[in-house]
Amino acid sequence: MKSKQITRKETVSSIREFLITALIKAAGYSAILFVGMIFLFLLLESFPALREVELSNLLSSRWYPIEDYYGVLPLIGGTLIITIGATLIALPFGVGTAIYLSEIAPRWLRETLKPLVEVLGGLPSVVLGFLGMLILSPYLRIWLDIPTGLSAFAGAILLGGIAIPTVVTVAEDALDAVPKSYRDASLAIGATEWQTIWRVTLPAARSGVLTAVMLGIGRAIGETMTVMMVTGNAPILPTGLKDLFSPVRTMTATIAAEMGEVANSSTHYHVLFLIGIILFLISLAVNVAASAVVFRQKKSQERILS
Amino acid sequence: MDFLVPGHLSQYNLYVQNIKRLLVLTFIILLAGCSGRGISAQDPSHQIKIIENKGSDTIVNLALAWAEEYQVIDPTVQLSVTGGGSGTGIAALINGTVDLANASRRIKEEERDAALENGSDPVEFVIARDAIAIIVNLENPIEHLTLQQISAIYSGAINNWKEVGGEDRPIVRLSRETNSGTHVYFLEEVIRLGEKDNQTLFAQNTLLLPSSEGIGAEIRQNPNAIGYDGLGYVNDDMKVIGVALADGKPYIFPSAMTVNNDQYPIARDLYMYTNGEPEGVIKEYLDWILSSEAQEIVTELGFVPITK
Repeated sequence: MKSKQITRKETVSSIREFLITALIKAAGYSAILFVGMIFLFLLLESFPALREVELSNLLSSRWYPIEDYYGVLPLIGGTLIITIGATLIALPFGVGTAIYLSEIAPRWLRETLKPLVEVLGGLPSVVLGFLGMLILSPYLRIWLDIPTGLSAFAGAILLGGIAIPTVVTVAEDALDAVPKSYRDASLAIGATEWQTIWRVTLPAARSGVLTAVMLGIGRAIGETMTVMMVTGNAPILPTGLKDLFSPVRTMTATIAAEMGEVANSSTHYHVLFLIGIILFLISLAVNVAASAVVFRQKKSQERILS
Repeated sequence: MDFLVPGHLSQYNLYVQNIKRLLVLTFIILLAGCSGRGISAQDPSHQIKIIENKGSDTIVNLALAWAEEYQVIDPTVQLSVTGGGSGTGIAALINGTVDLANASRRIKEEERDAALENGSDPVEFVIARDAIAIIVNLENPIEHLTLQQISAIYSGAINNWKEVGGEDRPIVRLSRETNSGTHVYFLEEVIRLGEKDNQTLFAQNTLLLPSSEGIGAEIRQNPNAIGYDGLGYVNDDMKVIGVALADGKPYIFPSAMTVNNDQYPIARDLYMYTNGEPEGVIKEYLDWILSSEAQEIVTELGFVPITK
C-alpha cells in the first residue's frame, strides 16, 4: 500500500519533470528552428537570382537594377568599408570608456555615466542620420576638403557612435567580473595602475571585451537608416582607404531603398534576397569568428589553471 | 539580420517616408456633422467609402491637398494618401492593395504585363504637369546650361564646373533613388536626350538620395552639387538653372507659363492609374480632379495645371 503510493507520486512527478524539461528544450531549440527557417526562406527566395542573372553580371562592379545591372560587389564593399571604419572608431572609444567606467571613475560618476551611455544607445538611428545629414556631412566636406560630406566616413563615424554604447555596456560588465584579487595582486607586486589595467585586468576580461566588440560590429553591419541618409548611396566599388572619403552604397540601404519598389518574384526581387543572404553569411562569419576565439581562449585558460 | 524580418523592413520604410516628409499620411476624413452621420446610418448610399491612393513622392503633396479639399465636397469618401515612389504605387496597384496609383512617369511595359497577369488592367489619367528644375547652390555662378551639357554632367563626361564656364570645383551629382519616377524620367529624357537607342547611364558616383529633402539639404550647403527635382519642391534657398534645348537656343526658366506653351524642355505629365475603368466614387473623384476647381490647387502647389 505504502510503496504503491510512492510509485504513484513518483510517476506524477516524473511526468511533470518530463513535460517541463521538454518545454524548456523546445524553447531552446526554437531559436535554432527560427534561424533555420529564415535561412531557408532567404535561400528559396534568392535561389532564382543565380539562375536568372549571369554570374559575370553579379560579380561586376555596376549596380543599376532598373537596367538589369546587378553587380553586388560595390554593395559588399560599401558595407565592409563602413563596418571597418566604424569598428576602428568604436573599438578604442568603446573599450576606453568601459575601462574608465569600470577601473578609474569614482562610484558616483560611474553610476551617472553608465545610464547616460545606455541612453545614447537608445537614440533612434533616423535621428542620428538626420544630424549626420544636416550637421556632420557639411563640416566633413569643409574640414577634409572633399567634394561632398555624404561619404563612407560620415557613415563610419555615426555607426561607430551607434556601436559604442553596445561595446561599453558589455565590455564594462566583463571588466567588472574580473576578481578584485587579480588587481590587488598586481598592485601588490608594484605594478602601476595603468600596468594593472593593460597587463592584468584587460587580458583577464579579454573574451568578454571581444564579445562586446563583435556585438558592436554586428550592430553596425545591420544598421540601415543612418547609412542610407549620410553615405550618398552611390554604388562605387571601394578599392582602398581613400574611398573611405567618397560616397558608398551599403547592402542594407540597398534592400531598404529598393524592396518597396520591386514587383514580387521579379529578378530584382530575387537579387535583393541574395544580398540578404550575403549579409546573413557575413554576420554569421563575424559571430563564428568571435566564438572561435573565445572558445580557444577558454581552453588555454583551463590548461593554465589545471 | 533583423532588417529582413518583414515587420522591421516596413519600419525602415516608415522612417524613409518620414523623412520624405509624408510617409504614411493617412487622411481620415470625418463626417462633416451629426446630420451627415444620421443620413449615413439610414441610407446605404451614404455609407463611407474608402479610396486608397499611393505612389509618387512628387505627387504626394498634391494628392494630399486634393484629398483634404475633397473631404469638404464629399464627406462620405475617405481618402488615404501615401507616398513611396511611382514604382511603389504601381506595384501596389498591380498587387491590388490600392485603388489609385500616383505616378510621375508612364507605366512600364513590364508593369503592364505583370498587371494583366494579375488580372488588373491599369487605366491612365493625366492629372497635372510638372517641370523638373535643375538646381545648384546659391554660390554657384552658373546661370544656365544646355540639355546636352546637363546630360554630359550626369553621364560623367563633364566632371568639373569650369568645363561649363564655372569655378574650378568638382561636380557632385545628386539624384533621387531608382524607385522615383523623376529618376526614370530624368534618365530617359535628359541623360539619354529622349533617344530610344541611347544606353547612357547615370555616372556611377551619382549620389542616390532617398528624399527630396536629402537633395535640398545637400544643394543648400554644397557649392559643388547639382541636383534636379520637381518645380513644386524648389525653394528660394537654391538656384534654378535656365535650360536650353540645344546650343544657340534660348535659355528658359521653368514656370507654369513656359511649361504650358512647351518652351521649357524638361516638363512631363503626372499620372494616376486606376484598376480598370473607374466606377462609382473613384470616377467621381477623378472627374473632380480634372475639374478647373481642383486644378487651381495644382497651381497653388507649384505644379502646372492641365489645360483642356
